[in-house]
Amino acid sequence: MPVAGSVRSIMVSSHHIAAAFRDVTKRFGETAILEDFSLEVAGGEFVSIIGPSGCGKTTLLRLLAGLTEPSGGEITQEGQAGRSAYIFQDATLLPWRTALRNVELPLQLAGVSRDERRQRAEELLKLVGLSDATLKYPRQLSGGMKMRVSLARGLALQPSLMLLDEPFGALDAMTRNRLNEELLDLRERQPFTALFVTHSVSEAVFLSNRIVVMSGQPGRIAVVETIDFPYPRKSALREQPEYYEKVAKVTGLLHQAEEVVA
Amino acid sequence: MKARFWLPPVLAGVLMMALWYAVIAAFDISPYVFPPPHEIAKATVDKAGLLFSALGHTAWAAVLGFALAVTCGFAIAVLLASSGLLKRAFYPWVLALQMVPVVVLIPVFVIWFGAGLPSIVAITFMISFFPIVASTTLGLVSTDHGMRELFETYHASRWQEIFHLRLPYALPHFLTGVKIAATLAPIGAITGDLLAGTSNFEAGLGYLILLFRQQFYPAAIYAIALLSAVLGFVFVASVQLIAWLALRHWHESSQPGE
Repeated sequence: MPVAGSVRSIMVSSHHIAAAFRDVTKRFGETAILEDFSLEVAGGEFVSIIGPSGCGKTTLLRLLAGLTEPSGGEITQEGQAGRSAYIFQDATLLPWRTALRNVELPLQLAGVSRDERRQRAEELLKLVGLSDATLKYPRQLSGGMKMRVSLARGLALQPSLMLLDEPFGALDAMTRNRLNEELLDLRERQPFTALFVTHSVSEAVFLSNRIVVMSGQPGRIAVVETIDFPYPRKSALREQPEYYEKVAKVTGLLHQAEEVVA
Repeated sequence: MKARFWLPPVLAGVLMMALWYAVIAAFDISPYVFPPPHEIAKATVDKAGLLFSALGHTAWAAVLGFALAVTCGFAIAVLLASSGLLKRAFYPWVLALQMVPVVVLIPVFVIWFGAGLPSIVAITFMISFFPIVASTTLGLVSTDHGMRELFETYHASRWQEIFHLRLPYALPHFLTGVKIAATLAPIGAITGDLLAGTSNFEAGLGYLILLFRQQFYPAAIYAIALLSAVLGFVFVASVQLIAWLALRHWHESSQPGE
């Protein structure tokens, strides 16, 4: 089961493994996307994955979600595989459903009764601050609002593991920062382990307690950096010199990882 | 409504009407060759009984053929989209058969069904069926990849995917096919009546064309053209309205100004 999102409980719970890759290889035809990739994610952790384009970041999430099969190695997840939720880069909302009915979708597919799923979806939209937009259609929502609906939908089945594939990549910087804070806030209220793919170092530093820097190709772990700012983190963290230093350090590590490719 | 919306078409209509009279006067054209508008209005009134009962018969044939085409077209599209093999085998034939001019088949239908309503409905069906199959099949097989993966991550069953994803996703495509069919159905019914109609009490607009040609009454033929246009307009406008109601909330095609 997921644990509360405070630092202490993350420390305590870090014994059990939420997700693990062991010597995972993934090839598409002749091209190796991942080679002998191993990573363990502890329950309650927030792990970000950054690296050059094409280093297999997204493939890692897709492997965990069962959207693609590994060519070799072993992937494990605590509990059932269905306990993870995948947040896509574009919100992937169904345009013919209102925000509310989009959030209801996973519950509906799981056979939850109409009244129960409606009530749950309303609670979730309230959680992401969209109580006023429940009856709006996706085309009436801004990019940030769409992503909030997508997050609410992701949380509908109370997943223990959230797989987030550059969810805020298409948003403007202001909205992105705000959604970063909201994501951490959501995790306080409905705890989950997060595996987060991003191109943004500052986003990764703000959110994560571990950053996996990858090099490609084939994708390998170049270095893992621990971020030990205490949770809950607020936007004021972005003004701290320690934060700047960390962003600078990880940026340097990312550049080194990219040079390995070149 | 704002004058800048209704005024230009009204003025253009008056202008065209004036030009019509001017051409007839300038070249001294016989009303038998090119009747002036008031002659057409007079013919419409004089032959009202005949014309409007024919309009009713033609509209009925168009509705029947169209409804049959929508039902069968949708069912065939679902069948084709349900299997990759079926689609690969038959979809090219759907596209190819669409190229067959339906008039060529009219004698065949008459041999099968005899002259009259069944043949006319068959012709209307044939002309409106293929656009619906082609467009709906395309919609059903082009479901957004990301949305399909979303359903996969939720372990949706095949039926859940069909009902909650594929069918709603294909709805705009289906309605596009239906709109095309709606423009074709009245044409099919009139053509069918012209070539496979009967002189008995079921006469439609097509049959009246032949009748008025024999009577050498061109103004009445123009009246038929007018009524055909009205029939086509009502048909298409009704379908457009239904499509708009179905898609108004979520689809680009039903937004004002697009």
